[in-house]
Amino acid sequence: MDFWIRLITQVIVAFILFLATTTAFAYLTLFERRLLARLQNRVGPNRAGPGGMFQPLADAVKLFFKEEITPTQADKVVYTIAPALAMIPAIVLFAVIPFGAYLDLSFLLGEAARIVPLQLADINVGVLFLLAVTSIGVYGVALGGWSSNNKYSMLGGIRAAAQMVSYELALGLSVLVAIMLTITPTTQAAADASLCSQIFGATPVESISALSTCRIVESQGGWWNIFKPTGLLAFGIFWLASTAEVVRAPFDLVEAEQELVGGFNTEYSSMKFALFFMAEYIKLIAISAIGVTLFLGGWRGPGVDLLYSLGYTNLGGLVSLGYFLLKLIAFLFFSVWVRATLPRFKYNQLMDLGWKRLLPMSLGLVAATAVFAVITQDMNPYIAGLFGAFRR
Amino acid sequence: MELALFIITALVTVGAAVAMVLSHNAVHSALWLVLNFFGVAILYLLLNAPFLAMVQITVYAGAIMVLFLFVIMLLGSEKGQEEVNGLPWQTPVALVLAVVLVSIAGYAVFVSPTPALATQSGAAGTSTLTIGAPDEVARSLFTTYLLPFEITSVLLLVALIGAVVLTLKSREGDRA
Repeated sequence: MDFWIRLITQVIVAFILFLATTTAFAYLTLFERRLLARLQNRVGPNRAGPGGMFQPLADAVKLFFKEEITPTQADKVVYTIAPALAMIPAIVLFAVIPFGAYLDLSFLLGEAARIVPLQLADINVGVLFLLAVTSIGVYGVALGGWSSNNKYSMLGGIRAAAQMVSYELALGLSVLVAIMLTITPTTQAAADASLCSQIFGATPVESISALSTCRIVESQGGWWNIFKPTGLLAFGIFWLASTAEVVRAPFDLVEAEQELVGGFNTEYSSMKFALFFMAEYIKLIAISAIGVTLFLGGWRGPGVDLLYSLGYTNLGGLVSLGYFLLKLIAFLFFSVWVRATLPRFKYNQLMDLGWKRLLPMSLGLVAATAVFAVITQDMNPYIAGLFGAFRR
Repeated sequence: MELALFIITALVTVGAAVAMVLSHNAVHSALWLVLNFFGVAILYLLLNAPFLAMVQITVYAGAIMVLFLFVIMLLGSEKGQEEVNGLPWQTPVALVLAVVLVSIAGYAVFVSPTPALATQSGAAGTSTLTIGAPDEVARSLFTTYLLPFEITSVLLLVALIGAVVLTLKSREGDRA
Protein backbone atom coordinates (compact mmCIF):
# COMPACT_ATOMS: atom_id res chain seq x y z
CA MET A 1 0.00 0.00 0.00
CA ASP A 2 2.77 2.35 0.99
CA PHE A 3 4.48 1.53 -2.28
CA TRP A 4 1.45 2.57 -4.33
CA ILE A 5 1.02 5.84 -2.46
CA ARG A 6 4.66 6.68 -3.12
CA LEU A 7 4.29 5.70 -6.76
CA ILE A 8 1.22 7.89 -7.24
CA THR A 9 2.84 10.86 -5.49
CA GLN A 10 5.94 10.54 -7.64
CA VAL A 11 3.84 10.36 -10.81
CA ILE A 12 1.94 13.50 -9.81
CA VAL A 13 5.14 15.36 -8.98
CA ALA A 14 6.69 14.22 -12.26
CA PHE A 15 3.64 15.48 -14.13
CA ILE A 16 3.84 18.88 -12.44
CA LEU A 17 7.53 19.01 -13.31
CA PHE A 18 6.75 18.14 -16.92
CA LEU A 19 4.18 20.92 -17.21
CA ALA A 20 6.51 23.40 -15.54
CA THR A 21 9.33 22.52 -17.95
CA THR A 22 7.20 22.89 -21.07
CA THR A 23 5.84 26.22 -19.80
CA ALA A 24 9.36 27.34 -19.04
CA PHE A 25 10.29 26.37 -22.60
CA ALA A 26 7.45 28.45 -24.04
CA TYR A 27 8.49 31.53 -22.12
CA LEU A 28 12.18 30.95 -22.74
CA THR A 29 11.52 31.35 -26.47
CA LEU A 30 9.76 34.67 -25.77
CA PHE A 31 12.54 35.70 -23.36
CA GLU A 32 15.16 34.90 -25.97
CA ARG A 33 13.36 36.71 -28.79
CA ARG A 34 12.68 39.83 -26.75
CA LEU A 35 16.19 39.89 -25.32
CA LEU A 36 17.88 39.26 -28.67
CA ALA A 37 15.79 42.09 -30.06
CA ARG A 38 16.86 44.45 -27.27
CA LEU A 39 20.51 43.48 -27.74
CA GLN A 40 20.18 44.26 -31.44
CA ASN A 41 18.37 47.53 -30.73
CA ARG A 42 14.99 46.24 -31.97
CA VAL A 43 11.69 45.80 -30.15
CA GLY A 44 10.87 42.13 -30.72
CA PRO A 45 7.46 40.41 -30.66
CA ASN A 46 5.23 42.59 -28.46
CA ARG A 47 1.82 42.45 -30.17
CA ALA A 48 0.23 39.25 -28.85
CA GLY A 49 -1.05 40.16 -25.41
CA PRO A 50 0.55 42.63 -22.97
CA GLY A 51 4.26 42.85 -23.80
CA GLY A 52 3.95 39.85 -26.11
CA MET A 53 2.99 37.50 -23.27
CA PHE A 54 0.76 35.38 -25.55
CA GLN A 55 3.32 35.05 -28.32
CA PRO A 56 4.30 31.44 -27.36
CA LEU A 57 0.62 30.51 -27.52
CA ALA A 58 0.29 32.02 -30.98
CA ASP A 59 3.41 30.15 -32.12
CA ALA A 60 2.00 26.89 -30.79
CA VAL A 61 -1.28 27.36 -32.65
CA LYS A 62 0.61 28.17 -35.84
CA LEU A 63 2.75 25.03 -35.55
CA PHE A 64 -0.26 22.82 -34.79
CA PHE A 65 -2.04 23.82 -37.98
CA LYS A 66 0.94 23.53 -40.31
CA GLU A 67 0.91 20.75 -42.86
CA GLU A 68 2.85 17.73 -41.77
CA ILE A 69 5.13 16.42 -44.49
CA THR A 70 7.05 13.15 -44.57
CA PRO A 71 9.49 12.80 -47.46
CA THR A 72 8.60 9.76 -49.62
CA GLN A 73 12.14 8.41 -49.48
CA ALA A 74 12.45 8.90 -45.73
CA ASP A 75 12.90 6.03 -43.32
CA LYS A 76 9.35 6.37 -41.94
CA VAL A 77 9.76 4.72 -38.53
CA VAL A 78 13.01 6.43 -37.60
CA TYR A 79 11.76 9.71 -39.05
CA THR A 80 8.75 9.54 -36.74
CA ILE A 81 10.48 8.53 -33.52
CA ALA A 82 13.49 10.86 -33.91
CA PRO A 83 11.73 13.95 -32.46
CA ALA A 84 10.60 11.90 -29.46
CA LEU A 85 14.14 10.56 -29.02
CA ALA A 86 15.33 14.16 -28.87
CA MET A 87 12.62 15.23 -26.44
CA ILE A 88 12.67 12.42 -23.87
CA PRO A 89 16.27 12.77 -22.61
CA ALA A 90 15.82 16.54 -22.36
CA ILE A 91 12.89 16.14 -19.98
CA VAL A 92 14.30 13.18 -18.05
CA LEU A 93 17.27 15.31 -17.01
CA PHE A 94 15.06 17.25 -14.60
CA ALA A 95 14.41 14.16 -12.47
CA VAL A 96 17.45 14.62 -10.22
CA ILE A 97 17.77 18.40 -10.15
CA PRO A 98 17.14 19.96 -6.73
CA PHE A 99 14.99 23.05 -7.34
CA GLY A 100 14.90 23.96 -3.69
CA ALA A 101 15.23 22.52 -0.21
CA TYR A 102 11.83 21.29 1.03
CA LEU A 103 8.33 22.43 1.89
CA ASP A 104 6.02 21.53 4.77
CA LEU A 105 2.60 20.70 3.35
CA SER A 106 1.28 18.95 6.47
CA PHE A 107 -1.44 21.61 6.90
CA LEU A 108 -2.77 20.59 3.50
CA LEU A 109 -2.09 16.88 3.07
CA GLY A 110 -1.67 15.57 6.59
CA GLU A 111 1.31 14.26 8.52
CA ALA A 112 2.74 12.27 5.59
CA ALA A 113 3.58 15.54 3.82
CA ARG A 114 5.64 16.99 6.69
CA ILE A 115 8.68 17.16 4.40
CA VAL A 116 8.06 17.54 0.67
CA PRO A 117 11.38 17.70 -1.17
CA LEU A 118 11.61 20.10 -4.11
CA GLN A 119 13.41 17.42 -6.07
CA LEU A 120 11.86 14.43 -7.80
CA ALA A 121 14.47 11.85 -6.85
CA ASP A 122 17.82 11.77 -5.11
CA ILE A 123 19.89 8.83 -6.33
CA ASN A 124 23.43 8.04 -5.28
CA VAL A 125 24.64 8.19 -8.89
CA GLY A 126 22.80 11.44 -9.66
CA VAL A 127 25.55 13.17 -11.60
CA LEU A 128 26.35 10.02 -13.58
CA PHE A 129 22.66 9.84 -14.43
CA LEU A 130 22.82 13.38 -15.76
CA LEU A 131 25.88 12.57 -17.89
CA ALA A 132 24.33 9.35 -19.18
CA VAL A 133 21.10 11.05 -20.21
CA THR A 134 22.96 13.98 -21.79
CA SER A 135 25.05 11.55 -23.80
CA ILE A 136 22.05 9.83 -25.36
CA GLY A 137 20.49 13.16 -26.32
CA VAL A 138 22.43 13.07 -29.58
CA TYR A 139 20.34 10.26 -31.07
CA GLY A 140 17.32 12.42 -31.85
CA VAL A 141 19.33 14.94 -33.84
CA ALA A 142 21.58 12.42 -35.60
CA LEU A 143 18.72 10.10 -36.55
CA GLY A 144 16.44 12.96 -37.57
CA GLY A 145 19.16 14.08 -39.96
CA TRP A 146 19.80 10.60 -41.32
CA SER A 147 16.20 9.46 -41.75
CA SER A 148 15.12 12.54 -43.73
CA ASN A 149 17.13 11.19 -46.68
CA ASN A 150 18.39 14.66 -47.48
CA LYS A 151 22.09 15.30 -47.78
CA TYR A 152 21.98 18.60 -45.90
CA SER A 153 20.00 17.08 -43.07
CA MET A 154 22.42 14.19 -42.89
CA LEU A 155 25.42 16.50 -42.77
CA GLY A 156 23.74 18.23 -39.87
CA GLY A 157 23.16 14.90 -38.14
CA ILE A 158 26.75 13.78 -38.65
CA ARG A 159 28.03 17.08 -37.32
CA ALA A 160 25.83 16.66 -34.27
CA ALA A 161 27.16 13.18 -33.54
CA ALA A 162 30.80 14.24 -33.86
CA GLN A 163 30.36 17.44 -31.88
CA MET A 164 28.54 15.89 -28.95
CA VAL A 165 30.95 12.99 -28.60
CA SER A 166 33.88 15.43 -28.69
CA TYR A 167 32.59 17.76 -26.00
CA GLU A 168 31.26 15.07 -23.70
CA LEU A 169 34.77 14.36 -22.42
CA ALA A 170 35.50 17.92 -21.36
CA LEU A 171 31.99 18.17 -19.92
CA GLY A 172 32.40 15.02 -17.86
CA LEU A 173 35.82 16.05 -16.54
CA SER A 174 34.63 19.53 -15.52
CA VAL A 175 31.70 17.93 -13.71
CA LEU A 176 34.21 15.65 -12.00
CA VAL A 177 35.91 18.71 -10.49
CA ALA A 178 32.62 19.75 -8.91
CA ILE A 179 32.22 16.25 -7.49
CA MET A 180 35.76 16.32 -6.09
CA LEU A 181 35.01 19.62 -4.37
CA THR A 182 31.98 18.10 -2.67
CA ILE A 183 32.33 17.32 1.01
CA THR A 184 30.14 14.52 2.31
CA PRO A 185 29.61 13.55 5.96
CA THR A 186 32.14 11.04 7.26
CA THR A 187 30.50 9.96 10.51
CA GLN A 188 27.08 8.46 11.04
CA ALA A 189 26.12 11.29 13.44
CA ALA A 190 27.03 13.94 10.88
CA ALA A 191 25.18 11.98 8.20
CA ASP A 192 22.01 11.82 10.29
CA ALA A 193 22.17 15.54 11.04
CA SER A 194 22.77 16.51 7.41
CA LEU A 195 20.07 18.20 5.38
CA CYS A 196 19.79 15.55 2.66
CA SER A 197 19.20 12.82 5.21
CA GLN A 198 16.45 14.96 6.76
CA ILE A 199 14.83 15.45 3.36
CA PHE A 200 15.17 11.99 1.86
CA GLY A 201 15.38 9.84 4.99
CA ALA A 202 18.38 8.59 6.94
CA THR A 203 20.99 6.56 5.09
CA PRO A 204 23.99 4.61 6.39
CA VAL A 205 27.08 6.78 6.09
CA GLU A 206 28.91 4.35 3.79
CA SER A 207 26.22 4.56 1.13
CA ILE A 208 26.39 8.36 0.92
CA SER A 209 27.90 9.38 -2.37
CA ALA A 210 29.26 12.71 -3.58
CA LEU A 211 27.53 11.96 -6.89
CA SER A 212 24.15 12.74 -5.36
CA THR A 213 22.93 16.15 -6.54
CA CYS A 214 21.41 16.87 -3.14
CA ARG A 215 24.77 16.29 -1.44
CA ILE A 216 26.52 18.56 -3.94
CA VAL A 217 24.18 21.43 -3.09
CA GLU A 218 24.38 20.63 0.61
CA SER A 219 28.17 20.87 0.60
CA GLN A 220 28.07 24.33 -1.03
CA GLY A 221 26.69 25.87 2.14
CA GLY A 222 29.98 27.66 2.78
CA TRP A 223 31.72 28.40 -0.49
CA TRP A 224 29.83 27.84 -3.71
CA ASN A 225 31.96 25.76 -6.06
CA ILE A 226 32.39 28.70 -8.43
CA PHE A 227 34.15 30.67 -5.69
CA LYS A 228 36.79 27.98 -5.26
CA PRO A 229 39.90 28.46 -7.46
CA THR A 230 39.63 25.18 -9.37
CA GLY A 231 35.85 25.38 -9.34
CA LEU A 232 35.88 28.69 -11.22
CA LEU A 233 38.02 27.25 -14.03
CA ALA A 234 35.93 24.10 -14.11
CA PHE A 235 32.82 26.24 -14.40
CA GLY A 236 34.31 27.99 -17.44
CA ILE A 237 35.03 24.66 -19.12
CA PHE A 238 31.62 23.34 -18.12
CA TRP A 239 29.93 26.36 -19.65
CA LEU A 240 31.78 26.06 -22.97
CA ALA A 241 31.34 22.30 -23.21
CA SER A 242 27.68 22.41 -22.24
CA THR A 243 26.96 25.11 -24.81
CA ALA A 244 28.52 22.84 -27.42
CA GLU A 245 26.63 19.86 -26.06
CA VAL A 246 23.26 21.57 -26.51
CA VAL A 247 24.45 22.85 -29.94
CA ARG A 248 23.76 26.48 -29.22
CA ALA A 249 25.46 29.51 -30.68
CA PRO A 250 28.39 29.93 -31.13
CA PHE A 251 28.57 26.15 -31.59
CA ASP A 252 25.35 25.67 -33.60
CA LEU A 253 26.96 24.14 -36.67
CA VAL A 254 24.29 21.48 -36.68
CA GLU A 255 21.82 24.00 -38.03
CA ALA A 256 24.13 26.37 -39.86
CA GLU A 257 21.59 27.71 -42.32
CA GLN A 258 24.12 29.25 -44.71
CA GLU A 259 25.74 25.88 -45.33
CA LEU A 260 23.03 23.32 -44.59
CA VAL A 261 19.76 25.00 -45.67
CA GLY A 262 18.23 24.44 -42.23
CA GLY A 263 20.39 21.70 -40.74
CA PHE A 264 19.22 18.36 -39.39
CA ASN A 265 15.57 19.49 -39.19
CA THR A 266 15.23 20.78 -42.78
CA GLU A 267 12.61 18.19 -43.75
CA TYR A 268 10.61 18.42 -40.56
CA SER A 269 7.46 20.49 -40.25
CA SER A 270 4.53 21.06 -37.93
CA MET A 271 4.64 19.36 -34.51
CA LYS A 272 7.64 17.18 -35.33
CA PHE A 273 9.64 20.32 -35.95
CA ALA A 274 8.16 21.82 -32.81
CA LEU A 275 9.35 18.83 -30.80
CA PHE A 276 12.93 19.31 -32.00
CA PHE A 277 12.64 22.99 -31.18
CA MET A 278 11.31 22.17 -27.71
CA ALA A 279 14.00 19.58 -27.09
CA GLU A 280 16.68 22.12 -27.91
CA TYR A 281 15.38 24.71 -25.49
CA ILE A 282 14.49 22.28 -22.72
CA LYS A 283 18.00 20.86 -22.97
CA LEU A 284 19.32 24.38 -22.60
CA ILE A 285 17.23 24.92 -19.46
CA ALA A 286 18.31 21.52 -18.12
CA ILE A 287 22.00 22.05 -18.70
CA SER A 288 21.74 25.53 -17.13
CA ALA A 289 20.01 24.00 -14.12
CA ILE A 290 22.81 21.43 -13.88
CA GLY A 291 25.36 24.24 -13.99
CA VAL A 292 23.53 26.10 -11.24
CA THR A 293 23.38 22.92 -9.13
CA LEU A 294 27.02 21.94 -9.58
CA PHE A 295 28.75 25.30 -9.47
CA LEU A 296 26.46 28.13 -8.37
CA GLY A 297 25.29 26.57 -5.13
CA GLY A 298 21.92 25.31 -6.37
CA TRP A 299 19.17 26.76 -4.18
CA ARG A 300 21.67 28.13 -1.67
CA GLY A 301 21.49 31.81 -0.87
CA PRO A 302 21.66 34.21 2.05
CA GLY A 303 18.76 33.76 4.46
CA VAL A 304 17.51 30.30 3.49
CA ASP A 305 19.17 28.49 6.38
CA LEU A 306 18.09 31.26 8.75
CA LEU A 307 14.43 30.93 7.72
CA TYR A 308 14.56 27.17 8.20
CA SER A 309 16.19 27.44 11.61
CA LEU A 310 13.54 29.99 12.68
CA GLY A 311 10.85 27.47 11.73
CA TYR A 312 9.46 29.24 8.65
CA THR A 313 9.76 26.06 6.59
CA ASN A 314 7.50 27.01 3.71
CA LEU A 315 8.90 30.53 3.41
CA GLY A 316 12.41 29.06 3.42
CA GLY A 317 11.43 26.54 0.77
CA LEU A 318 9.95 29.21 -1.47
CA VAL A 319 12.95 31.50 -0.99
CA SER A 320 15.28 28.62 -1.88
CA LEU A 321 13.22 27.94 -5.01
CA GLY A 322 13.40 31.65 -5.80
CA TYR A 323 17.19 31.68 -5.50
CA PHE A 324 17.41 28.68 -7.81
CA LEU A 325 15.19 30.28 -10.45
CA LEU A 326 17.06 33.57 -10.16
CA LYS A 327 20.38 31.84 -10.84
CA LEU A 328 18.81 29.86 -13.65
CA ILE A 329 17.50 33.01 -15.32
CA ALA A 330 20.90 34.67 -14.94
CA PHE A 331 22.48 31.64 -16.61
CA LEU A 332 19.94 31.74 -19.46
CA PHE A 333 20.38 35.50 -19.86
CA PHE A 334 24.10 34.95 -20.29
CA SER A 335 23.45 32.28 -22.89
CA VAL A 336 21.20 34.56 -24.96
CA TRP A 337 23.69 37.39 -24.58
CA VAL A 338 26.47 35.20 -25.96
CA ARG A 339 24.26 34.13 -28.85
CA ALA A 340 23.65 37.76 -29.74
CA THR A 341 27.35 38.60 -29.51
CA LEU A 342 29.53 35.84 -30.93
CA PRO A 343 29.68 34.61 -34.54
CA ARG A 344 29.56 30.88 -35.27
CA PHE A 345 32.76 28.83 -35.10
CA LYS A 346 34.23 27.05 -38.11
CA TYR A 347 34.14 23.26 -37.88
CA ASN A 348 37.91 22.81 -37.54
CA GLN A 349 37.98 25.49 -34.83
CA LEU A 350 35.24 23.65 -33.00
CA MET A 351 37.18 20.38 -33.04
CA ASP A 352 40.44 22.14 -32.09
CA LEU A 353 38.81 23.80 -29.13
CA GLY A 354 37.26 20.58 -27.90
CA TRP A 355 40.12 18.15 -28.32
CA LYS A 356 43.29 20.27 -28.16
CA ARG A 357 42.29 22.91 -25.63
CA LEU A 358 39.38 21.95 -23.38
CA LEU A 359 40.26 18.27 -22.96
CA PRO A 360 43.90 18.78 -21.79
CA MET A 361 42.83 21.75 -19.68
CA SER A 362 40.12 19.80 -17.91
CA LEU A 363 42.41 16.80 -17.37
CA GLY A 364 45.00 19.10 -15.79
CA LEU A 365 42.30 20.71 -13.70
CA VAL A 366 41.15 17.37 -12.31
CA ALA A 367 44.74 16.55 -11.35
CA ALA A 368 45.22 20.00 -9.79
CA THR A 369 42.01 19.66 -7.79
CA ALA A 370 43.21 16.36 -6.36
CA VAL A 371 46.64 17.77 -5.47
CA PHE A 372 45.18 20.88 -3.81
CA ALA A 373 42.73 18.79 -1.84
CA VAL A 374 45.53 16.62 -0.44
CA ILE A 375 47.86 19.56 0.29
CA THR A 376 45.25 21.60 2.13
CA GLN A 377 43.56 18.77 4.01
CA ASP A 378 45.35 19.47 7.31
CA MET A 379 45.21 23.25 7.08
CA ASN A 380 42.70 25.63 8.55
CA PRO A 381 39.22 24.29 7.68
CA TYR A 382 38.41 27.62 6.07
CA ILE A 383 41.22 27.13 3.53
CA ALA A 384 40.58 23.41 3.20
CA GLY A 385 36.98 24.18 2.34
CA LEU A 386 38.21 26.29 -0.57
CA PHE A 387 39.99 23.41 -2.19
CA GLY A 388 37.59 20.58 -1.54
CA ALA A 389 37.87 17.72 0.85
CA PHE A 390 40.13 14.74 0.98
CA ARG A 391 38.41 11.79 2.56
CA ARG A 392 40.18 8.80 3.96
CA MET B 1 7.56 -6.76 -8.41
CA GLU B 2 11.26 -7.17 -9.03
CA LEU B 3 10.60 -10.43 -10.85
CA ALA B 4 8.03 -8.82 -13.13
CA LEU B 5 10.45 -6.01 -13.93
CA PHE B 6 13.18 -8.55 -14.62
CA ILE B 7 11.01 -10.58 -16.99
CA ILE B 8 9.92 -7.53 -18.97
CA THR B 9 13.46 -6.18 -19.20
CA ALA B 10 14.90 -9.55 -20.13
CA LEU B 11 12.33 -10.02 -22.89
CA VAL B 12 13.01 -6.57 -24.31
CA THR B 13 16.77 -7.12 -24.11
CA VAL B 14 16.72 -10.48 -25.83
CA GLY B 15 14.15 -9.28 -28.37
CA ALA B 16 16.31 -6.28 -29.22
CA ALA B 17 19.35 -8.51 -29.64
CA VAL B 18 17.49 -10.82 -32.01
CA ALA B 19 16.07 -7.89 -33.95
CA MET B 20 19.56 -6.44 -34.25
CA VAL B 21 20.84 -9.60 -35.92
CA LEU B 22 17.82 -9.99 -38.21
CA SER B 23 17.54 -6.34 -39.29
CA HIS B 24 18.68 -5.66 -42.87
CA ASN B 25 19.36 -1.98 -42.37
CA ALA B 26 22.63 -1.20 -40.54
CA VAL B 27 21.18 1.88 -38.83
CA HIS B 28 18.20 -0.13 -37.56
CA SER B 29 20.61 -2.78 -36.27
CA ALA B 30 22.54 -0.11 -34.41
CA LEU B 31 19.34 1.22 -32.86
CA TRP B 32 18.27 -2.24 -31.71
CA LEU B 33 21.68 -2.64 -30.14
CA VAL B 34 21.19 0.64 -28.26
CA LEU B 35 17.88 -0.68 -26.92
CA ASN B 36 19.69 -3.86 -25.91
CA PHE B 37 22.27 -1.81 -23.97
CA PHE B 38 19.46 -0.05 -22.15
CA GLY B 39 17.96 -3.38 -21.17
CA VAL B 40 21.29 -4.56 -19.85
CA ALA B 41 21.67 -1.30 -17.90
CA ILE B 42 18.31 -1.86 -16.24
CA LEU B 43 19.36 -5.42 -15.38
CA TYR B 44 22.44 -3.95 -13.66
CA LEU B 45 20.14 -1.65 -11.70
CA LEU B 46 18.09 -4.65 -10.59
CA LEU B 47 21.34 -6.25 -9.40
CA ASN B 48 22.09 -3.22 -7.17
CA ALA B 49 24.85 -1.90 -9.40
CA PRO B 50 23.77 1.66 -10.24
CA PHE B 51 27.31 2.79 -11.07
CA LEU B 52 27.73 0.07 -13.67
CA ALA B 53 24.29 0.82 -15.12
CA MET B 54 25.05 4.51 -15.62
CA VAL B 55 28.48 3.83 -17.08
CA GLN B 56 26.93 1.26 -19.41
CA ILE B 57 24.58 3.91 -20.79
CA THR B 58 27.18 6.70 -20.96
CA VAL B 59 29.93 4.66 -22.57
CA TYR B 60 28.13 2.11 -24.73
CA ALA B 61 24.87 3.80 -25.67
CA GLY B 62 26.16 7.37 -25.44
CA ALA B 63 29.62 7.19 -26.98
CA ILE B 64 30.45 3.92 -28.72
CA MET B 65 27.14 3.49 -30.50
CA VAL B 66 27.12 7.15 -31.51
CA LEU B 67 30.48 6.57 -33.18
CA PHE B 68 29.13 3.41 -34.85
CA LEU B 69 26.18 5.35 -36.15
CA PHE B 70 28.50 8.14 -37.26
CA VAL B 71 30.59 5.73 -39.32
CA ILE B 72 27.54 3.99 -40.82
CA MET B 73 26.00 7.32 -41.78
CA LEU B 74 29.26 8.69 -43.14
CA LEU B 75 29.92 5.65 -45.34
CA GLY B 76 26.30 5.50 -46.48
CA SER B 77 26.48 1.74 -46.08
CA GLU B 78 23.23 1.35 -44.22
CA LYS B 79 21.40 -0.44 -47.04
CA GLY B 80 22.41 -4.10 -46.97
CA GLN B 81 23.69 -5.72 -50.14
CA GLU B 82 22.12 -8.80 -51.72
CA GLU B 83 22.75 -11.68 -49.40
CA VAL B 84 25.77 -13.66 -50.51
CA ASN B 85 27.04 -16.15 -47.98
CA GLY B 86 30.80 -15.71 -48.27
CA LEU B 87 31.57 -18.26 -45.59
CA PRO B 88 29.44 -21.36 -46.36
CA TRP B 89 31.28 -23.56 -43.82
CA GLN B 90 30.46 -21.09 -41.07
CA THR B 91 26.77 -21.94 -40.68
CA PRO B 92 27.10 -25.54 -39.36
CA VAL B 93 30.01 -24.57 -37.07
CA ALA B 94 28.02 -21.69 -35.66
CA LEU B 95 25.04 -23.96 -35.07
CA VAL B 96 27.14 -26.51 -33.18
CA LEU B 97 28.78 -23.80 -31.06
CA ALA B 98 25.39 -22.25 -30.31
CA VAL B 99 24.04 -25.60 -29.10
CA VAL B 100 27.14 -26.04 -26.90
CA LEU B 101 26.71 -22.57 -25.43
CA VAL B 102 23.04 -23.06 -24.69
CA SER B 103 23.65 -26.44 -23.04
CA ILE B 104 26.47 -25.07 -20.86
CA ALA B 105 24.32 -22.11 -19.84
CA GLY B 106 21.41 -24.45 -19.16
CA TYR B 107 23.64 -26.68 -17.04
CA ALA B 108 24.93 -23.71 -15.07
CA VAL B 109 21.44 -22.39 -14.40
CA PHE B 110 19.39 -25.53 -13.82
CA VAL B 111 21.73 -28.33 -12.74
CA SER B 112 24.82 -27.06 -10.92
CA PRO B 113 24.22 -25.75 -7.40
CA THR B 114 24.23 -21.95 -7.32
CA PRO B 115 26.30 -20.41 -4.57
CA ALA B 116 24.27 -18.18 -2.28
CA LEU B 117 25.68 -14.82 -3.31
CA ALA B 118 23.97 -12.83 -0.61
CA THR B 119 25.41 -14.79 2.29
CA GLN B 120 28.88 -14.86 0.74
CA SER B 121 29.19 -11.12 0.38
CA GLY B 122 27.48 -10.64 3.72
CA ALA B 123 30.22 -12.68 5.33
CA ALA B 124 32.87 -10.55 3.61
CA GLY B 125 31.68 -7.52 5.57
CA THR B 126 29.88 -5.47 2.94
CA SER B 127 26.14 -5.59 2.59
CA THR B 128 24.73 -6.47 -0.82
CA LEU B 129 22.88 -3.17 -0.85
CA THR B 130 26.00 -1.05 -1.20
CA ILE B 131 28.23 -3.45 -3.10
CA GLY B 132 27.67 -1.78 -6.46
CA ALA B 133 27.57 1.79 -5.11
CA PRO B 134 30.08 4.18 -6.69
CA ASP B 135 32.12 4.55 -3.49
CA GLU B 136 32.50 0.79 -3.11
CA VAL B 137 33.51 0.37 -6.73
CA ALA B 138 36.09 3.15 -6.40
CA ARG B 139 37.47 1.74 -3.18
CA SER B 140 38.05 -1.72 -4.58
CA LEU B 141 39.38 -0.39 -7.91
CA PHE B 142 41.96 1.82 -6.21
CA THR B 143 43.02 -0.58 -3.47
CA THR B 144 42.55 -4.30 -4.16
CA TYR B 145 42.57 -4.12 -7.94
CA LEU B 146 44.92 -1.16 -8.43
CA LEU B 147 47.46 -3.04 -10.57
CA PRO B 148 44.96 -4.49 -13.10
CA PHE B 149 43.27 -1.09 -13.21
CA GLU B 150 46.52 0.72 -14.01
CA ILE B 151 47.57 -1.92 -16.54
CA THR B 152 44.24 -1.53 -18.32
CA SER B 153 44.66 2.23 -18.44
CA VAL B 154 48.18 1.90 -19.87
CA LEU B 155 46.86 -0.54 -22.47
CA LEU B 156 44.17 1.95 -23.49
CA LEU B 157 46.75 4.73 -23.68
CA VAL B 158 48.92 2.59 -25.95
CA ALA B 159 45.94 1.95 -28.23
CA LEU B 160 45.16 5.66 -28.27
CA ILE B 161 48.70 6.65 -29.20
CA GLY B 162 48.74 3.88 -31.80
CA ALA B 163 45.63 5.27 -33.44
CA VAL B 164 47.11 8.76 -33.55
CA VAL B 165 50.39 7.50 -35.02
CA LEU B 166 48.56 5.53 -37.72
CA THR B 167 46.52 8.55 -38.88
CA LEU B 168 49.62 10.75 -38.89
CA LYS B 169 51.47 8.32 -41.17
CA SER B 170 48.70 8.16 -43.72
CA ARG B 171 48.51 11.95 -43.80
CA GLU B 172 52.22 12.26 -44.56
CA GLY B 173 51.68 9.79 -47.40
CA ASP B 174 48.99 12.07 -48.83
CA ARG B 175 51.35 15.02 -48.94
CA ALA B 176 54.20 13.15 -50.62
